[in-house]
Amino acid sequence: MNLTLKVWRQKSTSEQGKLVEYKVSEISEDMSFLEMMDVLNYKLIESGDDPVAFDHDCREGICGMCSMFINGEAHGPNRGVTTCQLHMRSFKDGDTIYIEPWRSAAFPVIKDLMVDRSAFDRVQQAGGFISVNTSGRTLDANAIPVPKEDADKSFDAATCIGCGACVATCPNGSAMLFVSAKVSQYALLPQGQVERKERVLNMVKKMDEEGFGNCSNIGACEVQCPKNISLDNIARMNREYLMASIKPEN
Amino acid sequence: MTLDAKIPSGSIDQKWTKYKNSVRLVNPANKRNIDVIVVGTGLAGASAAASLAEMGYKVKALCFQDSPRRAHSIAAQGGINAAKNYMNDGDSTYRLFYDTIKGGDYRSREANVHRLAEVSANIIDQCVAQGVPFARDYGGLLDNRSFGGTQVSRTFYAKGQTGQQLLLGAYSAMSRQVGKGNIQLLNRHEMLDLVIVDGKARGIIARNMVTGELERHSAHAVALCTGGYGNVFFLSTNAMGSNVTAGWRAHRRGALFANPCFTQIHPTCIPVSGDHQSKLTLMSESLRNDGRIWVPKFKEDAEAIRAKKLRPNDLPEERRDYYLERRYPAFGNLVPRDIASRAAKERCDEGFGVNSTGEAVYLDFSAAIVRYGKAEANVKGLHNVTDAEILKLGKKVVEAKYGNLFQMYEQIVDENPYETPMMIYPAVHYTMGGLWVDYELMTTIPGCYACGEANFSDHGANRLGASALMQGLADGYFVLPYTIGNYLADEIKTGSIPTNTPEFDEAENNVRKQLEGFFTNGGTKPVDYYHKKLGKIIWDKCGMARNEEGLKWAITEIKKIREDFYKNVRVPGSMKGMNPELEKAARVADFIELGELMCLDALNRNESCGGHFREEYQTPDGEALRDDENYMYVAAWQFTGNPSEPNLIKEDLIYENIKVSARSYK
Ligand SMILES: Cc1cc2nc3c(=O)[nH]c(=O)nc-3n(C[C@H](O)[C@H](O)[C@H](O)COP(=O)(O)OP(=O)(O)OC[C@H]3O[C@@H](n4cnc5c(N)ncnc54)[C@H](O)[C@@H]3O)c2cc1C
Ligand code: SF4
Ligand code: FES
Repeated sequence: MNLTLKVWRQKSTSEQGKLVEYKVSEISEDMSFLEMMDVLNYKLIESGDDPVAFDHDCREGICGMCSMFINGEAHGPNRGVTTCQLHMRSFKDGDTIYIEPWRSAAFPVIKDLMVDRSAFDRVQQAGGFISVNTSGRTLDANAIPVPKEDADKSFDAATCIGCGACVATCPNGSAMLFVSAKVSQYALLPQGQVERKERVLNMVKKMDEEGFGNCSNIGACEVQCPKNISLDNIARMNREYLMASIKPEN
Repeated sequence: MTLDAKIPSGSIDQKWTKYKNSVRLVNPANKRNIDVIVVGTGLAGASAAASLAEMGYKVKALCFQDSPRRAHSIAAQGGINAAKNYMNDGDSTYRLFYDTIKGGDYRSREANVHRLAEVSANIIDQCVAQGVPFARDYGGLLDNRSFGGTQVSRTFYAKGQTGQQLLLGAYSAMSRQVGKGNIQLLNRHEMLDLVIVDGKARGIIARNMVTGELERHSAHAVALCTGGYGNVFFLSTNAMGSNVTAGWRAHRRGALFANPCFTQIHPTCIPVSGDHQSKLTLMSESLRNDGRIWVPKFKEDAEAIRAKKLRPNDLPEERRDYYLERRYPAFGNLVPRDIASRAAKERCDEGFGVNSTGEAVYLDFSAAIVRYGKAEANVKGLHNVTDAEILKLGKKVVEAKYGNLFQMYEQIVDENPYETPMMIYPAVHYTMGGLWVDYELMTTIPGCYACGEANFSDHGANRLGASALMQGLADGYFVLPYTIGNYLADEIKTGSIPTNTPEFDEAENNVRKQLEGFFTNGGTKPVDYYHKKLGKIIWDKCGMARNEEGLKWAITEIKKIREDFYKNVRVPGSMKGMNPELEKAARVADFIELGELMCLDALNRNESCGGHFREEYQTPDGEALRDDENYMYVAAWQFTGNPSEPNLIKEDLIYENIKVSARSYK
């Protein structure tokens, strides 16, 4: 198929960007969206132009690196998939496709479609862990049984890939879905109980410092999340936060 | 040069304990004055960085992705082995040790493998304490599954996302140390050279991928945890950025590269569909717990299926060939990867392939769906259930086990694997070869270590499934933190290492010269043009089957590619700022040199073992034929300045605990 692309081009964080139009032809519907972008870049290089910079690595929906706003939607029109898992069979011959970076105050553009998401790392550093050294002298792994239901819920929360689609899609630029998924993973496990209160307080504090917006319960994040991370996690984090704020000393 | 693996004396089950009891230590006050650079933040790097920082060393950690959490380990699917014997099925440290040595076709080092088996159980304890949500049964205890090449269930898992959960665990441990100021994180940084001062590794040159600047970082030791080199084939299941550059640049500085031709072709991947393809996708080995592999028994049926005149579901049982169950009754669908891959290739080469390219076999879950459906009906006390209901119940169970894999398959192939059997074919997946290391994981450059997939040490000529995650975490959490002290004990008086020295100047200029050269050559062809060309040659001639003639041809062709590459590659932009094409060019330059070494290594090894199958050396029924008399050694290659003329240095393998015999899974 033949397509018209309108791609956000921006040389660096400090420069202005704009949409630039490109045509690509002979795109097969078995290609992934990023393979279509490879075709465009190959052509641009051959003709002496600057290829479009975009983040990607695993190309199978797990590393969380790919991040494109496609026709106004984070990761494009399909639900439950990342940009790299989107295939061209979701488009038709003659389509015009708008391709833009994540837009959020906390994620400055580095170049073209690449943004800086290191704010997520810093939120994690503020409390997204269980304080246990690697001594190899911990309890036997089966010493504390964990109810299957809790283990499964914890796992579901832990499948967040840290892509930032939730932030990009939220009109307020809130990171609540991402942060609450991490808080929930630990809150649901016996191992996470000791630091439960400090964790949620510290992570939320850092989240606010990093310039993410407030959550006003719009719910767009859940819809666009490629891993179907549930809004229940946000509700859980709000409870955790309230509990921790009321009695911070015990 | 002779190689000393520094294996401690004593009986195999006491070596590691003895080593730990007598190894030199660095006291906490001194650790604060010692810098360690960890390149890579996958399972090996993240666990090493976290552990070293907890111990008190000052750590810098680098990765080329935008966050350590995105290292390629994140993509590991099926599971991690550990000799816990929770299933009470006869597992033990010895059995894991034995399975790994045999699985590697008797080409790995006994002492290293035994240590790996010893520490395996602690890994699971550690991860659970960190909050890794492994799969559990209804009693709340940890669940296990089986992987190839074993007859026990020792694989711990978190659905099809085990690597993700383990890496996020190690990343959280690392994040804690970053928060405390014990680790300095250098995201979007790529190491491009190793700096050697007075024969010791003293730092690295790295490119800041955002600004484009070349940076100097000094340290008392450098650990390369930079993953495998499967992307030399262009198409592989590795992430797009996975590369050999860090290891290769260390090799050029004197670190020996061991067994480069030992690469793993994984039997169950989604087949290639066209030229546009940028990577291949794995379907986890865990699927072979429940999926049965088959092709049609008769060529006319295969032809009809290829022509889409016959649907696989309509082919009656007696016209199907479950060739793994037929050839290897003892292990069936769970034979090791090298064997399963070759068997698939053999059937497809004979004309029994089932997709339009003729290069695919079926992985069929229908029997498992019925089996699970019936079991669920019994558990739920349902009687007189219809077949449709049984299928529904069974699909639920399969979904709970492998849901995300089935979804991935459907996204790519646009077919529902619950309804029609999956089509799969072997693809490049893992590299057993890597930097040569001794028992302490030190390369032949003092102070330069290699951990995880980047080293060669534990898997011989073929790695068993779910053992790479185990090795990565063993190296990083439990081995390197001990062994590095033995070296750093001599560094407590060194003080911080200056970077304004001739050695750093030379290394930085070396990198600058190479990178600038890409902009001034007046070339016209994109980097990918060369990478694809190289990959195809290596896949055809140094892939699942190799022979002398093909390898010689490949070596000549790769030399031509190398010459043409520097003359005619086009890298747009400049050294400044973000430039993904420049990153790729530097990586492909190294892949080209490595590719030639792989072929030289394969040509040197006149035997078949594990993943290295030389067509000239096989048994009458097509199994690999080893030559223990002449090739029971590690082939460690030394860089001489000319990539075509490396020196071969041998480390003999000595088996004192396991009787070396023909490897049979029949
Ligand atoms: C699809 C897939 C599924 C798998 N499933 C399993 C499984 O179920 N069980 C199992 O045991 N094994 C599995 N494996 C194998 C296993 O995942 C890998 O062998 C293992 O994760 C490698 O870990 P590592 O830490 O050595 O390297 P990686 O995770 O590859 O990490 C490499 C790190 O090095 C960094 N790096 C590399 N070069 C440079 C440089 N020059 N400068 C700076 N940084 C650099 C990268 O940024 C990254 O952080 C799987 C592999 C694949 C491809
Ligand atoms: S919650 Fe979903 S959208 Fe947000 S970072 Fe995690 S996976 Fe991405
Ligand atoms: S590239 Fe890894 S999730 Fe898309």
